[in-house]
Parts: sequence; C-alpha cells; structure tokens
Amino acid sequence: MKTCISSLAVVSATLAAGQAAAQTEIEFWHAFTGRLGELVAEQVETFNATQTDYVVTATHKGNYSETLNAGIAAFRAGEQPDILMVFEVGTATMMAAEGAIKPVYQLMEEAGADFDPDAFIGSVKGYYTTTDGEMLSMPFNSSTPVLWVNRDALEGAGIDPDTDLSTWQQVGTVLDELKAAGHSCPLTTAWQSWIHLENLSAYHDVPFATQDNGFAGLDTELAFNGPVQVKHIQTMGDWARDGKFIYAGRRNEGGANFRAGECALFTESSAGYAGISSEAEFDFEVRPLPYWDGVEGAPQNTIIGGASLWVMAGQSDEEYQGVAAFLNFLSSPEIQAKWHQDTGYLPITSAAGELTRAQGFYEENPGTDIAVQQMTANEPTANSKGLRLGSFDQIRGIIDEELEAVWAGDKDAQAALDNAVERGNQLLRRFEQANR
Amino acid sequence: MEKRVLFKGIWLPLLLVLPQILITAVFFFYPAGQAVWQSLFIPDPFGLSSQFVGLGNFEYLLSDRYYRASFVTTAIFSTLVTLVSMGVALYLAVLADRLIKGSGAYRTLLIWPYAVAPAVAGVLWMFMFNTRVGVVTWYLGLLGYDWNHVLNEGEAMSLVVIASSWGRISYNFLFFLAGLQAIPRSVIEAAAIDGARFWTRFRTIVFPLLSPTTFFLLVVNIVYAFFETFGVIHTITSGGPQQATTILVYKVYADGFVGQDLGSSAAQSVILLVVVSILTIIQFKYIERRVHY
Repeated sequence: MKTCISSLAVVSATLAAGQAAAQTEIEFWHAFTGRLGELVAEQVETFNATQTDYVVTATHKGNYSETLNAGIAAFRAGEQPDILMVFEVGTATMMAAEGAIKPVYQLMEEAGADFDPDAFIGSVKGYYTTTDGEMLSMPFNSSTPVLWVNRDALEGAGIDPDTDLSTWQQVGTVLDELKAAGHSCPLTTAWQSWIHLENLSAYHDVPFATQDNGFAGLDTELAFNGPVQVKHIQTMGDWARDGKFIYAGRRNEGGANFRAGECALFTESSAGYAGISSEAEFDFEVRPLPYWDGVEGAPQNTIIGGASLWVMAGQSDEEYQGVAAFLNFLSSPEIQAKWHQDTGYLPITSAAGELTRAQGFYEENPGTDIAVQQMTANEPTANSKGLRLGSFDQIRGIIDEELEAVWAGDKDAQAALDNAVERGNQLLRRFEQANR
Repeated sequence: MEKRVLFKGIWLPLLLVLPQILITAVFFFYPAGQAVWQSLFIPDPFGLSSQFVGLGNFEYLLSDRYYRASFVTTAIFSTLVTLVSMGVALYLAVLADRLIKGSGAYRTLLIWPYAVAPAVAGVLWMFMFNTRVGVVTWYLGLLGYDWNHVLNEGEAMSLVVIASSWGRISYNFLFFLAGLQAIPRSVIEAAAIDGARFWTRFRTIVFPLLSPTTFFLLVVNIVYAFFETFGVIHTITSGGPQQATTILVYKVYADGFVGQDLGSSAAQSVILLVVVSILTIIQFKYIERRVHY
C-alpha cells in the first residue's frame, strides 16, 4: 500500500511537471509600484490559479515613460513582451506603429474569444478605438479629474462646507473667502495640462486640437488657445499672483500638500482616492470638476487618463490565445469592480459599475461614483472623446513650461498658450513626417 | 640589426595598445558613428521605417530658438559648476594642507560626498530645499526669504549648480591636495624667509606650480558639467521651471526618450560631441600654454 501511494505520488508529480512544461508563458510589462503593483500582482496570481494552460509573468519596468521605452527597445531587439502597458499619451505613438502591435479586436477575432467592445463605457472605449470602431488596445486603468475638498479647512475659514462648488465662479468666491481668512493654500493642482487644458477643453466642448483632437488624421494642429482656455488660464494666473492658487509642480506634487491638510481645494485624478483616504486626517469630500457657467455645452464630459494594454506583434498563436484569455479575465466584472473599489480608477465596463453599486460600495463611500457620473453624463462629442496626438508627452512638457510662465507672472495666458500651440505644432509636424 | 628592432617596434606597440583601441572602437567610435548616421534620418520609434532627410534634423534644431537658448543655459551652468566646485575645493585643499593634526580625518570626511551618485545627491538636495517640507526652505522662511525653485528660474539654477558641485568638490579636493603636497617645501620656505606673506606666496609660487593640476581639473570638470549632471537635473527640476535648467544633454534625453524623436536626439548628440571637442581643443591650444610643468 505504501509503495502504491508513493508510486502514485511519482506519477502525479511527473504529470504536474509535464503540465508545467506545456503551460504557455505570457509576458506582461507594467508601470505600477507600491499598492497598485501589489494589486496587479494579485490579479495575475488569480488568473494563474484559475486555469492551467497559461502562466502570466508580470514585470515592473519603471514609470509610464520608462515602460514605453523598454517596450520599444525590446521590440527593436526582437524580444518584446506579449502585453505592454502604455499610458494614454503614448496612444498615438502605438497606433502609428502598425507593424509592431496586434490590435485587440483582431486578437479577439482570431482567438475566437467572446469579446464585446460595447461592454466598455463610451468615453473609455472611444479613447482606444479607431474612427472605424476597431478597438486597438485594451482599456486597463482609467481615471478622470475631480475636485477634492478639505471640509475642515472650509469650516475653519467660516465657510459652509456644503457650499456649491460646481462652477469656477463659485470656486473663485470661496477662494476669496479663504484668502480673506488667511488661508495659505486655498487651491492647488496635480497634472496641470491634463486637468486645466485637456479636460477643460473636453468639459466645455471646445477643441484641444483640430481633426477631432487628432482622431481624424495626423495633420492635426493644436487649438487650445481659444477664448475658453485663455479665460481659465488667465483666471488661474490671477489666482496664483494673489496667493489663492499654489503651484507645487508638474506632476502630482500638490497631492502631498493636500493630504497633509495644508490645502483647501485640490484638482486631481479620481485615482488619488487610495492615497487621500489612507493619509488624510481631516474630513474630505469628492466633488465634480467645476466648469465655467455661461459656456455653451458645459458641462460636457471629462476625458480619461491612465493606461491601456497593447498586444505586441510577432508572438505565437498559443501565446495570443493566452493573451486573449488574460485580457478577457481582466475586464470581467468581478475583477474590474474590485480594482475600481481598491484604487479609485473608473470601472471600465458598465457591468463592473453596476456590480459595485449592487455591492453597496457607493453608499458606504459617498462620492466615489462622481467620477463615473462625470464621464458618462453625456454622449462624448468630437471634442470630448479623447486626444490622439503624436509626441504628446513632449507637448505636455511644453505646456508645463508655458503654464509655469503664467503662474510666475512672466507671461499672460494668451501669449503663453499661443506660444505653446506654436511650439507643439512643430512637434506634431515632426511626428507626421516620421510616420508618413 | 637596427632594422629588425624597428620592425618589431611597430608591431609590439601596436599589440600593446590594441586593447585600448578595441575598447575605444566598441564604446566610442561605433556608437559615435551610429549617432552621426542616425542624425541624417527621421525614423519612427519602433524602427519600422525611416526617411533620409540629409541635414534636415540639424536645420530643424538650429532654427529652434529654445534649442539655441539651451546653449546659453549650458554655458552658464557649466561655468558656474566648474567655478564653484574648483574654487571651494582649492580653498579647502589649501586649508587642509596647512593642518598638522587630524588632517587625515578631515580629508576622509571631505572625500565622502564623491561616493554619492548624482541622482541620489539630487534627491538629497531636493528634499532639503523642498518648497513644503525642506529644512533649508524652512530656515530661509524664518529669515523672511520665500524660497520657491519650482517657479523661480534663478533659484532653480542655483540649486542644480549647488547639487552638481557638491560631490565634485571632493574629487577636485583630492587632486588639489595632492598637487599642493607635491610642491617642494624648500621653495615656499625660501619665499617665506624673503618676507613673502601667505597670500603673496600663494599667488606667485603655489598657484603657478599648481597649474598642471588646475588645467587637468578644468578640462575634466567642464566635461562633467556637460554630461554627468543629467541625474541631478532629472531628479530636481526636470529641466524647469520653463526651460531654465534644460542643458543640452538633458534635451538629448527629453527628445529621444520622452519624445521618441530619435533623429533629433541623434543630431543633438552630434552637436554636443562637436561642441565638447572644440572646447577641449581650445583648452589645449590656448590655456595649456600658460601651464608650467
């Protein structure tokens, strides 16, 4: 009997080994560290545990820009991963690289996978879909900017913390009151170009660039020096001069000031939720991003930031089968709902949103559904579908520089935005030439 | 007999320098040649296609006033870094040279910062001068000075100059101290007996005798300021505010690795190579004449 058991063990061990050898390995490069990195690792483990045909190996490759560079360098060396995480501003670069990627719609078709692009919410899907309706990459983490409010700070300045902050006019009044009460940081922001130009334009239904913000062709030109944008940036510049808007840096440096309780109002991504809810020792609240009252069409809808997953070209059919299975797993309602609740990123499918509501998450955590509402309130227009611009990471850098000139009082908004448009257009022409 | 020695004399030295030539070829000539070749094209990031544009990339760069402004920024930055790091190092070396007791301890402590990588040094200084939690910013605030290198261009430049010079002072200090100790005591003592005071001795004897060291450090420090300060700038300012701290090498990185514009990036590397070559030639042709070996 004993020998029988041990020989059984040997047989099963051999079987397991054979099985392990038959498993197809899927390489997945991403840009997440810390809590987000742990959550991604957890998703991958769950997938690996639920089936035996494929093993997904997730590797962290640095921040968004570094991950994209690693993917490009690997492709040039013929050693690209199966799945590469690319941030939304790299979308145009990836789309133009026709021989380097395998479009998701094609992958799903060939793998015979059950895949419905309409399950994704419109403004998320639109960002990664061609004008012909073909989805090129798989949405993964998407967020949208909202207004974070430190209720204690408002109360401390003698302002009703429930005061209406839906419009920038109302925000302006509150900033005056905060300043008058001696508050040292009434308003700060993260990601200035994304929130105060890209989303501002979409939210007020004005173009950020011609050719449907670049969706309709590479011959797009920047157009964010229109009256709505100039008015907004000029107002922010005036607030900066008067000490009502405190500029902290190009990325999300302002987040530290807000979480420490120093700033009263903070415009930041809805994905700031994880950090703020764990660190803030004050009563905070999420409000919709303010809009300018009197601008026709406002508030339209805001656009997303974040990343999507691109499938790289040149892999075997078995690997593509596995990639299709993994991507389908990631966008399943249970996984997406958990991701949404853990991180503050948007539930990218309607089903995940409904599941979260059914689980009672929004009632327990008021305000966490504001980002979703803000994105889905209206059917996206040509101006609010998203942005598809080449060299966009660099164009953001130019915008940062010009906005800093406004905050420092060196330039007025019109001059700064005109200059940013002119400099950015040069980069767009270079991109057009490189991808002709 | 002599002929045979001469024959041997060609191949043996060649064999002996071969490793060095190979290393230079692999790590310098090949990549530099690639950069020159690539600067003539506009490729797409993935290397799927590329177009020959001749000198188009150079034309594009030189007609860009922000690129031209970057030359001025680089000139200011490298001059300041070289002056500050060499000046402070010389001052410290002269003081350490006069020490009788405990000079070993001082030397060790002064050399420490050299072991800190530029990117780490950048992070250290960034935290000290952080506009919100920085220690130095807080003390400056007590003195009534509102430090904000995030928006103030002059302050941003000062900060990257300090952070870049700091680690470099150690390196320069080592060479200056060695140079000072190589000066024969008898010469200085003779001058002292003639009634020359410290400052006169330094100006007329020590500094001229130190000139080979100073010249070497000048060349090395300028090259350092041009290329190796990337980490400091990347961590502290990312080239901002506006373009106040965008030096040439930072722009090579930004255009190549953030913008994926490899043609322009390659052309910038070539320009940078030419600029540094010219600077080095000037230094050897004109400044070296004033050096006493």
